[in-house]
Order: sequence, then C-alpha cells, then structure tokens
Amino acid sequence: MTFAERIYLPAVFKGMGITISHLFKKKATISYPEQKRPMSQVFRGLHVLKRDEKGAERCTACGLCALACPAEAITMTAAERKSDEKHLYREEKYAAIYEINMLRCIFCGLCEEACPKAAIFLQNDKMAPASYDRDDFIFGKDQLVESFRQN
Amino acid sequence: MSDLIFKIIFIASVFGISLFIAMYTTYAERKLAAFLQDRLGPNRAGPFGILQPLADGIKLFFKEEFIPKVSDKFLFILGPALFMCTALMTSAVIPFAPDLKIGDRIFEMQAADLNVGILYIFGVVSLGVYGILIGGWASNNKFSLLGAIRAASQNISYELAMGLSIVSLIMVSSSLSLRDMVEQQAGLNWNVIYQPLGFLIFIICAFAETNRAPFDLPECETELVGGFHTEFSSMKLGFYLFAEYIHVFISSAVISTLYFGGYQFPFVSSMEPGILKTVLGAAVMFGKITFFIFLFIWIRWTLPRFRYDQLMNLGWKVLIPLAVLNILLTALFILF
Repeated sequence: MTFAERIYLPAVFKGMGITISHLFKKKATISYPEQKRPMSQVFRGLHVLKRDEKGAERCTACGLCALACPAEAITMTAAERKSDEKHLYREEKYAAIYEINMLRCIFCGLCEEACPKAAIFLQNDKMAPASYDRDDFIFGKDQLVESFRQN
Repeated sequence: MSDLIFKIIFIASVFGISLFIAMYTTYAERKLAAFLQDRLGPNRAGPFGILQPLADGIKLFFKEEFIPKVSDKFLFILGPALFMCTALMTSAVIPFAPDLKIGDRIFEMQAADLNVGILYIFGVVSLGVYGILIGGWASNNKFSLLGAIRAASQNISYELAMGLSIVSLIMVSSSLSLRDMVEQQAGLNWNVIYQPLGFLIFIICAFAETNRAPFDLPECETELVGGFHTEFSSMKLGFYLFAEYIHVFISSAVISTLYFGGYQFPFVSSMEPGILKTVLGAAVMFGKITFFIFLFIWIRWTLPRFRYDQLMNLGWKVLIPLAVLNILLTALFILF
C-alpha cells in the first residue's frame, strides 16, 4: 500500500463525502398510510366477485374455479334462482354459498382464468387483510361480492 | 451571597442544557442517520418528529424493570448511575461564554475555574469506565463481562494517547486551566492551526472514549449481543445510552474549547464585556459544539466498526508513537 492508503485518512474523508452527499438526495421513503405506492398492473391481490352492468351477480356456480384451484381454497354450494330473484342473479343457477379460504389461497390467478362468466377477479389494488383469528380468513359472499356503488 | 446563588443557577442550567442537548442529539442522530441513508427518519411525534425524544423517554420509563436473579443488585443499579454521574460531572470546568459583567460585578460563565481543568476532565472521564465495568460485572453474563473488559482496555489505551496529545497542547499554552487556554486563542489563534497532529490524535481518542462508532466495541451487537448493557432494561439502559450522548456533548465542548477557541470569535476582544458579548460568545460556543456533535454522527454513519486487534494496534502502535512525535516536534518548535 502507498503511504496515503496506509494512513487511511484520505479514504475516510472520501467516505464522509459520499455520506454527506446523501443528505441532500431525494428520499425513497413513502409515508404509508397517507401515501400509497401504486401496485403493479399484474399484481394479484384480494378476490372480487363481479356483478354485470344491471347489478346481477355473474357467478353461476359452475365450479370451474374450484376445479382449477391448485390449493383447493374455493368451495361453493349452488342453488336455483326463484322467479322473484331475477334481478339478483344473471342465470338460473347461482352460488348460494361461495367461500375462499385466504389461508390456503396462493393468489395464482387460475380461478380468474378458468371462469367462463368473467365473474371472479383478483384486484391489483387490494390485499387480503390480516387477522388474529383463523376463522376470519374464510371469506364468504359478504366480503367477496362487489358492492353496488363500486365502479 | 449572590455569587453562590448565581453559581447554583448556573450549574443547574448547565445540567439542564446538557440533558436537553443530549436528548435532542438522540433525535438528531436518528434523523441524520435516516437522511444519510435516503430515508426520512422519525416524523410521527409532533411536526418533523420533534417530540420523538420525549416519546422515547416515556417508553423507557414504562418498560419492564428487569434485574437478573444472579446479579449483584446493588452494583447492577450503581453501574448506570455512576456512568451517568461521571458523564454529567465533566461539564463543570468548561467555560461556556465570556465573563458576564454587570455594573462592576463579574460573573464567570463556568461552574468552576480549576487551574487543573483539563486534568479534572481526564480524571472524571476515566472514572466513567467504572460505570461500564461495574454494570458488565454485575450482570453476571459472559457477553456483558467481555464487553465491559473491552470497554476498560479500550478506554485505558486511548486515554494514554489522548493524554500525550494534550501534553503538547499544554506545552504550547503553558496552562492547565481551560479558561486560560480559551483566552489564549483570542482572534483566530486557534490551537488547531498550531497543533494539527495533536488535534487529529485527540479527536480519534475522543471518539474511542465516547464508545461510539467506529470504536463502539463494548456494545458491538453482532458479536457480544449488546455488550455491557445486554442485561439492562428500562431506564437503566436508558441511562447508559443517554450518558453516551452526554459524553458526545461534553467531548464536543472539550474539542471546541481546546482546539477551536471555545467561545472566542473574531472581534471578540474589541467588544465591551457585557450581556451582548456573553450571549454572542455562548452562541459561538454552542455553534461549535453543534458542529462537532454533527461530526460525531456523520462519522458514525460513515465508518464501519474496527476489529478489536485493529483497535488496539491503532491505539498503541500508531497513536501513542505519533503523540510522542508530536511532543518532540512541539518541543523543538518552542526551543528554536
């Protein structure tokens, strides 16, 4: 090593120069609750069961999503639509119970691909919420079907 | 009588200021650390996180007080208390501002103008290591003991080089009183100009004495879990950490007093002694102290920690010979 290298001080000052220059750089921090980072377009987050343009549920309980699911997270029970429920369900058959176990789900998106009615989607801006209780992770229709007001 | 009252008020305010500055140094440390790493740092408690030190303090007070069953309880409590006391005691001999002259009364802005001021600081600072050693010993934990032993040997090694670097400074100023030293540096006759090598040795030793990075081997989380304060919790840990920041403040004050003219600034000698001069002097002094505190933090977040043998090599094989060389050079300079 040369003398300048052996006394280390030039290297120390150089290092100090580098750190001080970071004092004025743009900060990478995102102040989370106020400021949210947009998710990637292809991010697969929380599921949603879509309605059609008239507000009727698209799902016909065909079971293809449950069949496609590699983690077997989806269970459903089908029921027949009554005549006074025409505005609620799009076709004669509908899902009376539709449950996804969020602890099993691996968010692979195969349900979305399998669905022939374009009823189930994984949103790219919402994540499945955390909870302290295992039972809270079984999402029923009350949590999955999109509300009327949503666009 | 009023002299006594003034002294009491002055000592109480120096005490308060030391605590306040130490408190906000913790905040500055976190904030600067964040900025140097492209983060924002604490910004939730109050505007810009200004209340963060208060929140930290409250948290430390309310944490569980835990004393290991196998520890020596008396020593366990004595350790942090001693460390804190010695840290606070050093501020007594530092002149913070020029004399305040009101009417024909003169008030010294210094708790005690000892004629062995610098030796007093050395004495008290080296007592501080008892706080660490007792704390580490009383924890009855091998890691703590190792950390404490490291702290002791590190402090002793660097105290030697520090003392030697001061010797050449004393040769130049021919006084041990800090006030005399400051008075001699009137104008821009700062000792750092005449003693650059001594200053370098002194500042490196000051870093080692405060147990801060790159010399923070006594705590060394990666190797020694937490070093001498592994077993300490709640405010006893708080005392250890807090005393470190008081040490930073005191070291900065000593460095600016010894090498950077203390409260001296250009044109100070042409000013009439009075409130304005005292206030300006104090402002200059605290400006210098702030700069050195900033330097302490800046270096901490730049340099990686030394290995233990490197630390000892630097202390014994580099700094002490250099300090001796500096003494010889100074002697030659004075003689011829």
